[in-house]
Amino acid sequence: MKLSELWLREWIDSALTTDDIAQKLTLCGVEVESLMPVAEKFSNVVIAQVISVEKHPEADRLQVCQVNVGQAEPLTIVCGATNVKPQMKVPAALAGAVLPNNIKITRSKLRGVVSNGMLCSGRELTLTEDSNGILELPQDVPIGHDVWDFLKLSDRVLDVAIAPNRGDCLSVKGMAREIAAITDCRLKNPTSSSIKSTVPDKLSVTLQAASECPRYAGRVLTQVKADAMTPIWLQERLRRSGIRYINPIVDVMNYVMLEIGQPMHAFDLQKISGNIQVRFATPAEKLTLLDNQQVSLNQQTLVIADDTKPLAIAGVMGGLDSGVTLQTRSVFLESAFFQPQCIARTRQQYNLGSESSHRFERGIDPTLQVNALERATELLLEIVGGQAGPIVDVTQANYSPRQTTLSLRAARVPKILGFTIEDAMVETLLKRLNFTCKKNSIGWEVTVPVYRSDMALEVDLIEEIIRLYGYEKIPLRQAIAPLQLHGRVNTPMDLSLFRRTLCDLGYHEAITYSFVNPKHQQLFDPACSPKTLINPLTIEMSVMRTNLWPGLVQALLYNQNRQQPRVRLFETGLRFVPQSKAEGGFAQQKVISGLVSGTALPEQWGVKAREVDFFDLKGDLLYLIDLTKCAHEFHFKPGVHAALHPGQMAEIWRGERYVGVLGALHPSIAQELDLTTHVLLFELLLDDWVSTSVPHAVELSKFPEIRRDIAIYVDQTVPSQLIQDTILEVGGELLQEVNVFDVYQGKGVPLDKKSIALALTLQHTSRTLLDEEVAGIINNVVSALKQRFSAELRG
Amino acid sequence: MTDLDTLINQAKTEIQSADNLKTLDDYRVLYLGKKGKLTECLKSLGQLPPEERPIAGQKVNLAKQALQEAIEQRVALLQQDQVAQQLAAESLDITLPGRRQTTGSIHPVTQTRDRIEALFTQMGFAVADGPEIEDDFHNFEALNMPPLHPARAAQDTFYFADNTLLRTQMSPVQIRVMKNTPPPLRIIAMGRVYRRDFDLTHTPMFHQIEGLMIDESSSFSDLKSILTLFLQAFFEKPVPVRFRASYFPFTEPSAEVDIGCLNCDSQGCRICKNTGWLEVLGAGMVHPNVLQAVGIDSERYIGWAFGAGLDRLTMLRYRITDLRYLFENDIRFLRQF
Repeated sequence: MKLSELWLREWIDSALTTDDIAQKLTLCGVEVESLMPVAEKFSNVVIAQVISVEKHPEADRLQVCQVNVGQAEPLTIVCGATNVKPQMKVPAALAGAVLPNNIKITRSKLRGVVSNGMLCSGRELTLTEDSNGILELPQDVPIGHDVWDFLKLSDRVLDVAIAPNRGDCLSVKGMAREIAAITDCRLKNPTSSSIKSTVPDKLSVTLQAASECPRYAGRVLTQVKADAMTPIWLQERLRRSGIRYINPIVDVMNYVMLEIGQPMHAFDLQKISGNIQVRFATPAEKLTLLDNQQVSLNQQTLVIADDTKPLAIAGVMGGLDSGVTLQTRSVFLESAFFQPQCIARTRQQYNLGSESSHRFERGIDPTLQVNALERATELLLEIVGGQAGPIVDVTQANYSPRQTTLSLRAARVPKILGFTIEDAMVETLLKRLNFTCKKNSIGWEVTVPVYRSDMALEVDLIEEIIRLYGYEKIPLRQAIAPLQLHGRVNTPMDLSLFRRTLCDLGYHEAITYSFVNPKHQQLFDPACSPKTLINPLTIEMSVMRTNLWPGLVQALLYNQNRQQPRVRLFETGLRFVPQSKAEGGFAQQKVISGLVSGTALPEQWGVKAREVDFFDLKGDLLYLIDLTKCAHEFHFKPGVHAALHPGQMAEIWRGERYVGVLGALHPSIAQELDLTTHVLLFELLLDDWVSTSVPHAVELSKFPEIRRDIAIYVDQTVPSQLIQDTILEVGGELLQEVNVFDVYQGKGVPLDKKSIALALTLQHTSRTLLDEEVAGIINNVVSALKQRFSAELRG
Repeated sequence: MTDLDTLINQAKTEIQSADNLKTLDDYRVLYLGKKGKLTECLKSLGQLPPEERPIAGQKVNLAKQALQEAIEQRVALLQQDQVAQQLAAESLDITLPGRRQTTGSIHPVTQTRDRIEALFTQMGFAVADGPEIEDDFHNFEALNMPPLHPARAAQDTFYFADNTLLRTQMSPVQIRVMKNTPPPLRIIAMGRVYRRDFDLTHTPMFHQIEGLMIDESSSFSDLKSILTLFLQAFFEKPVPVRFRASYFPFTEPSAEVDIGCLNCDSQGCRICKNTGWLEVLGAGMVHPNVLQAVGIDSERYIGWAFGAGLDRLTMLRYRITDLRYLFENDIRFLRQF
């Protein structure tokens, strides 16, 4: 909320500077976000009246004006604006004036005519955004006065962030009340009026939905001159509060709302048939609102209606038809209390918001309605004239907010705050807020003013006490708590170990959005229908990822477009995959995923550049498998994944559980995404990787190990893993290890065959092996390989 | 005997001139080999009269010894040369780079997260975790934000068709922990949160840390103390910490916590909008309605909670000027950490 410093000062009697007040407000929870000048400095601009306007003899677009600037003789001023006409009052910058942006005005010749200054637009004086014409001032302003002084432009605007629970601060009066409480100063109440009715005209009011509108006050004003001009002081106050001026009647409604916090509405009396009803709309009803939008109403919408039709959505927005125009002759003024929830519901439902609904939603003072009508009447009679009818004030007391009395236990204050505030101080602070305290055996009975609808519990009072006491005075008290042990000991493994290892292997950790482009999602996981946002920011961020690859591939493209051809990335995060058993039908699974592209090693002098391949990535993942200390539980299996090359991918299994996948990006996806480099991807289901076991040490053998190499030809489709498994199976317990140290296909190897060389390590724990034993084992191995894979020993 | 002297002199000269071990060995054979010149001399001693033999023999033996020494010296010298040559030939341009894989990096937000986890676990806090797709109860209702609460509008929320939503804060994790674990409680929760906001200073996904402590004697003073300790430890200097009153639906009393601007040492600059302060945390005493919603007796137990943006803390610590860097995954940015 924006409000003028000078306006606020009319309501408080404080010796503090406004900067100090702003600082105190901020510390007490009413945050002053800025304190800005209302205009940029200018000088030597005076109020002038145009006497005559003639066409410039030499220039079609210019006009030569005679202007009364309060001096003995009128001045000639050349002007380019088209809205200048005789009698008009305008700001005139005289020779020697300095305007904002350091524009200096001098006496100068314009196409042969001497101009003694410049008539100013609102924009040139930084008063309005309007640069189309000269700023027209109302007729009541005195000629010759300095504009800066007359408009009190040394004023500043406080921009205050009011918390949703402090609707009572959304007015000059409310803010003044808050400042009085915080700074302990006197509150002035400059406006209180009571206008006697001079005509009998009135509308009766029926409250058909009293739970939503327990109070409605109204008054008729006849014979108004709706085309009068709003006085400049009122215009300026609206402007400084960020409210546009519309016409004098609407301006007064807004002014009273800003001043005391009661939103008001004015209807054109001529457009109302019969009397006023506050009721829920019926399903068939429609209403065209002030913003020209036609809405279909429903039974939850509270409306202000006459005998035949809805006139306005209560508390949110008026109807176009019944709105006040310059032709309006008589008006009906509304000043009501609507329940916050009712207004919030309607505002949400129609996606409408207004200064009124903002205040009603946060709760207004239920005692203000008549005061507001009186104040508005007073201003309107001054500005648009007319005759006031009697005030009609209908209240259903059962539904009106009541004054709250809360119990405050003296012992609870130090319990919550952790230190003691003297009882007398507690009472003083509450009194400053206009709360009344009645002492009792355990503390106080505190009665809070009805405008503080946020006071519901004892802790609310304690917050008020500490807020006014000052957060800066809260002592630092070291918390005391029982010792508890939460450290990870072994299982599950710390995720940071995986991160650190990948980092050591050259991977950078990425963070990509959890919502992705549905097109990419479809490419990477076509069989899966992802969870879709109903209100995404853009379509590119509208579905929840079922794996992390779309985001990582986008990051790859981003880097490749910035001359970074070698990219190694990983990310940890959730994937959201459909799963009937899961809560809401989607499992939110932790994964660690990665992407590599470019050369296996960075370009360097001693290593031949080679594009990264499947086995580089598999090797990286073996490091992660080693971290679990359960490497023997893991194995790689052929599989199928829509995003991966069917011949260059593997599933990773831990025992009987699928725990991840790796492989080359499917060439058709690469093509679709215009990727020209080889890309490899992996995804690991973290929950299945973090369990680990403590290794149990095995005695080392003191006897020599023996290595025997065998080389065989087998069909090229035989997986080497199968060969190794077979060797381990038939090799018996003396066989410690089998290692593939060469694989070769091509020259010298029969067609469709491959040559595999394996090293077998044998060792006995308690004696030296005999040659015959070793030969026997090798024979068994070779014959098993011959039998199972038609392997031939290579010579 | 001058013959012998001449021979020796010549041999010595030749040994000295040998410039490699092979040539030297040839000379050794030439003079000291089985048929070498000196060996011949020794053999020819037999032809001398017996009385001359001892003297002559001694002379020849001395000469032989002298030659052997000369050869050994020469060998040592040549071997030294050879090693020196080999070393010279084998010496490398050690200024060439080493053969290597590149070093990767841990994302700065993760590093912040790990640091905060380390700091709070030192104080006995456990780390809690929860889903990112949440329901209305855990994200709003249990946090004292019923459906029409005005504070909901401030957190523009992403929704799914089944009325679930992307969590807008880490508080639902607190709710889950409080529902399932009896107090006393000390936890922190960190993770991704989502709001419909995208401009220079907001991304629709960002990170938060929230902390919660509930026991029978917690107080607002404890909260102020622990957050002061935390912030000063996090920034590794005694930054001024300021509490000011604020409003959150789920805490009462509530506070906004500022630190003295790190950029200007509280002197006032563009970054702190000339206030000298930077807002880094929100905190407060857990609202009785929240405790009630999770079945904790708010008369017996008192709790406090706080929340902060991990991205903001990261930016402040590493002096990152643009939030968007954190989510672009530009490796030129990432490799700095």
